[in-house]
Amino acid sequence: MIKAILIFNNHGKPRLSKFYEHYNEDTEQQIIRETFHLVSKRDENVCNFLEGGMLIGGSENKLIYRHYATLYFVFCVDSSESELGILDLIQVFVETLDKCFENVCELDLIFHVDKVHNILAEMVMGGMVLETNMNEIITQVDAQNKMEKSEAGIAGAPARAVSAVKNMNLPEMPRNINIGDISIKVPNLPSFK
Amino acid sequence: MALKIVKGSIDRMFDKNLQDLVRGIRNHKEDEAKYISTCIDEIKQELKQDNIAVKANAVCKLTYLQMLGYDVSWAAFNIVEVMSSSKFTYKRIGYLAASQCFHESTDVIMLTTNQIRKDLSSPNQYDTGVALTGLSCFVTPDLARDLANDIMTLMSHTKPYIRKKAVLIMYKVFLKYPESLRPAFPRLKEKLEDPDPGVQSAAVNVICELARRNPKNYLSLAPLFFKLMTSSTNNWVLIKIIKLFGALTPLEPRLGKKLIEPLTNLIHSTSAMSLLYECVNTVIAVLISLSSGMPNHSASIQLCVQKLRILIEDSDQNLKYLGLLAMSKILKTHPKSVQSHKDLILQCLDDKDESIRLRALDLLYGMVSKKNLMEIVKKLMLHVDKAEGTTYRDELLTKIIDICSQSNYQYITNFEWYISILVELTRLEGTRHGHLIASQMLDVAIRVKAIRAFAVAQMAALLDNAHLLTGNTQHNGICEVLYAAAWICGEFSEHLEDPMATLEAMLRPKVATLPGHIQAVYVQNAAKLFATVLRGQEGAPADSKVTQETSQLLIDRLPVFVQSANLEVQERASCILQLVKYIQKLQQKDVEVAEEVTALFAGELNPVAPKAQKKVPVPEGLDLDAWINEPPSGSESEDEGRKSKGKAVFAKEESRHTKPRYTEVDEKELAKRREVRKAEQANNPFYIKASLSSQKVYQDAVGVEHIPVVQIDLSVPLKVPGMPMSDQYVKLEEERREKNKADRKKKDKKKRREKGRRRRGDSGPESEEDITPAHMVDIVTEEMPENALPSDDDDKDPNDPHKALNIDLDKPLADSEKKLPVRTHRPDEVLKSPVEDGEGLEVASEPKKKSGKEKKDKDKERKKGKEMKKNKKKKKHKQEEGEDLMEAGSEEPVQSEVTNDVAAQPPASTPEASDLDFWLSNAPVPSNPQEAAAVTDAPPASTPEVASGVAAVAPDSEPEETKSSKHKKKKQKKEEKDKKKKKKKHHHHHHHSDGSGDESVQNGTVEEEEPLPPMSNYALLAENSYIKMVCDIQGNLHDGSQVVVSVIFENKCDSFIKSMELNVLDSLNSKLQRPEGAGPHDSLTVPFQLPPGISNEAQFIFSVQSIVMPQKLKGTLTFIVKTDDSSTHEKLDFKLHFTCTSYLITTPCYSDAYAKLLESGDLKGSSLKLEGVNQPFHHLLARICFHHHFSVVERIASCASMYSRSIQGHHVCLLVKTADQTVSIDAKCDEPGLLGNVLDEIKLTFSQC
Repeated sequence: MIKAILIFNNHGKPRLSKFYEHYNEDTEQQIIRETFHLVSKRDENVCNFLEGGMLIGGSENKLIYRHYATLYFVFCVDSSESELGILDLIQVFVETLDKCFENVCELDLIFHVDKVHNILAEMVMGGMVLETNMNEIITQVDAQNKMEKSEAGIAGAPARAVSAVKNMNLPEMPRNINIGDISIKVPNLPSFK
Repeated sequence: MALKIVKGSIDRMFDKNLQDLVRGIRNHKEDEAKYISTCIDEIKQELKQDNIAVKANAVCKLTYLQMLGYDVSWAAFNIVEVMSSSKFTYKRIGYLAASQCFHESTDVIMLTTNQIRKDLSSPNQYDTGVALTGLSCFVTPDLARDLANDIMTLMSHTKPYIRKKAVLIMYKVFLKYPESLRPAFPRLKEKLEDPDPGVQSAAVNVICELARRNPKNYLSLAPLFFKLMTSSTNNWVLIKIIKLFGALTPLEPRLGKKLIEPLTNLIHSTSAMSLLYECVNTVIAVLISLSSGMPNHSASIQLCVQKLRILIEDSDQNLKYLGLLAMSKILKTHPKSVQSHKDLILQCLDDKDESIRLRALDLLYGMVSKKNLMEIVKKLMLHVDKAEGTTYRDELLTKIIDICSQSNYQYITNFEWYISILVELTRLEGTRHGHLIASQMLDVAIRVKAIRAFAVAQMAALLDNAHLLTGNTQHNGICEVLYAAAWICGEFSEHLEDPMATLEAMLRPKVATLPGHIQAVYVQNAAKLFATVLRGQEGAPADSKVTQETSQLLIDRLPVFVQSANLEVQERASCILQLVKYIQKLQQKDVEVAEEVTALFAGELNPVAPKAQKKVPVPEGLDLDAWINEPPSGSESEDEGRKSKGKAVFAKEESRHTKPRYTEVDEKELAKRREVRKAEQANNPFYIKASLSSQKVYQDAVGVEHIPVVQIDLSVPLKVPGMPMSDQYVKLEEERREKNKADRKKKDKKKRREKGRRRRGDSGPESEEDITPAHMVDIVTEEMPENALPSDDDDKDPNDPHKALNIDLDKPLADSEKKLPVRTHRPDEVLKSPVEDGEGLEVASEPKKKSGKEKKDKDKERKKGKEMKKNKKKKKHKQEEGEDLMEAGSEEPVQSEVTNDVAAQPPASTPEASDLDFWLSNAPVPSNPQEAAAVTDAPPASTPEVASGVAAVAPDSEPEETKSSKHKKKKQKKEEKDKKKKKKKHHHHHHHSDGSGDESVQNGTVEEEEPLPPMSNYALLAENSYIKMVCDIQGNLHDGSQVVVSVIFENKCDSFIKSMELNVLDSLNSKLQRPEGAGPHDSLTVPFQLPPGISNEAQFIFSVQSIVMPQKLKGTLTFIVKTDDSSTHEKLDFKLHFTCTSYLITTPCYSDAYAKLLESGDLKGSSLKLEGVNQPFHHLLARICFHHHFSVVERIASCASMYSRSIQGHHVCLLVKTADQTVSIDAKCDEPGLLGNVLDEIKLTFSQC
């Protein structure tokens, strides 16, 4: 079982949090902070596993994480999950994001956290892995986005126009703060089919 | 400008959307909280609008704020509104918000039931998908109950996308609503073979998750998973399955043997590291489970270790980490194979990655030996010095102590070295583990008598330098060691060189800054030292000055402690102060007081096992909850105030017996009580008796004087604890060993010369045994009460939600279970109930049984269908396994025939179980009969347990085999007609399997060498030239007043037998149950005809009132024998013998419940002796189990306790002992009449064989 999936940046700002067990908001924030604290002090080139923080079940759970440019992707899992399998899953997740957002960067996650949730929902459901095949995930996500678009139809057009105008006014939306090199070298683990 | 115009017309487009909110927050870095609160106000406004688009937008923003830590539960209702939008866009937003912030106590969840149901059945697959995803996050018991059926239907949806989600969410449903597991399981199992790999993977996922918690219920799926494992190419699925097998193998060693080969192949073939690693892990699990049974697995171990070494040597830190992790699993059972990689592991200790160092530390635990302990610890001490983070340093510290103290200090050859290490560790600043070091110091000083002098010297030095430790006292955990130091110096003060100096050190004013509990120990031990000083001085004549000075010192210094805020310190200090003052007075009068003062602290302490107190059995007849004296009302508060908080060591010195005060007791009564008390004290391990057993222990060992202490003490500076001196010990130790070696060499040479025969060259490495400890130490083991109960501590968390999922899945479903029952309340009461009658039945299976009773009438049809399906499946499976179907087909009926498993047509679970057996018995490794009998505790597997054991001896009984296969054929025909009987069979089977499913029964039969002889409960009823009747009588578990008589009719002649009618002359006590409307003397038609040579079975139900006495009923069977040309009417009389045994039902009982039952005192005893029984004990037990429906509770050597229960709930307990051909049975039962008769019947059984 996956207990929680957290994405935060190098400063510990949460970009996505998905808890598969209920905690209240304060505890969730503490868990994020604690996890960030544990993960961020680790060097690059050390192993990607560590024991969970006290709040999220201590040594019964493992934190399995990957660090991509400015973002940490952390999965908190129990003993029934294969460590290397989850590492691959994170890779699949990030690659999927990369495909869906066309060269994903932290800003995509900041502004479209709902979309990230939707993508994640096609991979992991209720703490269990639903799908590991990237093409299948993308197919389902695309189909749903298509539906959304068709529902918005003509009524959606002015709204889109407005949001385009809004974006125009804001210098702060440059796409070039790219975390770019998302396909960071992955240890020789074949990804799942 | 243009913007503003537009804004007026279409207002809502300019509501902030999520992106605007995020942007806004990023632009208000300084006053984020304020900005967000205005945003929340806006959101509240938006939520008030009717437009669903606006609401959805607001909810979307709330979801973001929730992630930032804002409580948005106030908008729960609005979320539900958005969820129920007809548009997918909004629905998705709603469900996402719900999945992020709804939980079990969100009250609006109950409003969602119908909406979710609607979405689940939506024609749009994504509506359904979104609903399932959302539900998986916030499913509650109520939702699970109400929607379970809908989700179950979705498991067979046409779209694989829905199927896989539905399958996956079932796990959550099971967790919240355990009753749904049984009805849903068959479908879930089907999904394991779904054509879509995603669905298949989901099903594997769910079953693995379920099986991880309650593995034994899923053992019967092993063949299916095995097939998947060998056929699947999806690594994700493979990993899950292999992990599952890792959980199953400990339950079924045969499974492990079967697994080794394919796993080894996978290890060799796969390129995926993740898969390789899991394979290695499972192979390890298999080897652990086999470690006792299979000698030829060294190749596999070697393969694992070798692969792990490759992982550890890999540059990828992840692989390194996992390699070490797996290595530590091997370490537990095969330390030797890991030890050869010591170099690698020590190397990992230097890794820059802390996680890897920690894993390597775990491994060190098993690497140490007498030889290398010092060296390894030295290395660790270096790491301690280097370590930066306190966490890692603390970890190192605990590991050092763990390693050294493991298995009762097994590897320590020099305790002086160890004490020095401990003292060195006290230099660690800011460690949390001061108490750990302290307890080690105490433990070593108490247990290793020879080290006391050295320890005391070291501790005195520590006390003297206390200021070094207590830099910033209070919060400094390390000052805990002073607690130990003070106590050791006080308790063993006779070893002190200069007690006066130590006393002075202990009474320094700085001590008052130490934590209270430590001060208390200081004060108390100052008094002990005082006693020592007095005694020391009084030997030396007339130097009363020193003693007077000492007294004065105490009188001067103690007042500081008397003023302490800590009660404990205050109390002790004032007591001792007054005592010293009094002594001073006496001293001034030149009275010799040393003797009396020393007597205050006389006596020696023994280490007591931490659990000792818990283990003292409660004496018979003592009710701990009963009042000794009824308390006068209102005095309770006073009692509470009196509770002492003595946490200190001294509590051990006090007798634990506080005797209640009696008000008026006459002389006689007093004397009697004294007697009782003495007896009690004699038995009480905590009562310190006049002649202490511990002293004996010490005397038995070599006296301190005779211990060959190597003269090294002088070379070691004892003072300044700041200097590491353990190193010197290492050096000394080496020298010593060299010397020993040389000595040995000399001796060897001598011997060689003497014997003139070459011995093993000593140039090779020193073996473990060669290292003699520097001190002959007597390590006192912990004391335990003499009659301590074996611990059966249940470590399981009672609140574990998975406990409720411990449900037997192999039992056939009752018809009513096919549809989920819709209840109004959670069945908490039901779950609790089975405990009360002291039965160890599995909790969750109880409600099922109860319901089964009411629904039995519906059972038959469904079961029939299921059975046929099962049979088909079985056949299919066997073909795939490449087995000879014919052989398999004929073997099974043999089993049921020979053992006379009354449920001759075994209900669904039996083929399942024997399938497993069959599958397992085909393991490549040859498995012998007793292994076949060693079916693990999977309840369903146990019915054929005896059978399979028998089958191994029986196959040569050819005639029976053929007969029984015919017999089986007939049975299917019969089944259609014989519905009523069938249900009885079903029940019968149930209790049968329950009984023998008990783990203990197997315990009784597992390890035996000889196979059991075939046994049958079918007794000849009557026979003539046409027909033979054999019968078996069993109680009905579900109805206390019914017994079921199964009669097998066998046609012995060449003619056709038909129109069989059976009639029995009812007695007052027992009546044949006839169909409604039939008269009391009407006969019952036997529902089949018999062609020549064929046998078939029918069951008849009798109602019984009293079960205390055995009884006989007269009956007649009438039938028509039809030949080609004529037919004759024949009859056969019989006598049906209802033994008391037939009223007993095999019922499992756990040993604790059993003990409770015996203690209750409600049972009356009786006993029986059987002479000249010359059969093995396990045969004997098996016979009693089989013929008399008992189950083995516990078996120890040639003694076993057994249990059974009558249909009316009488408990029958047996204690069977055997010694050279004599078997004595002590029995207890709450119904003496029944017991007597049962014993008579047991006697009869053994007289016949």
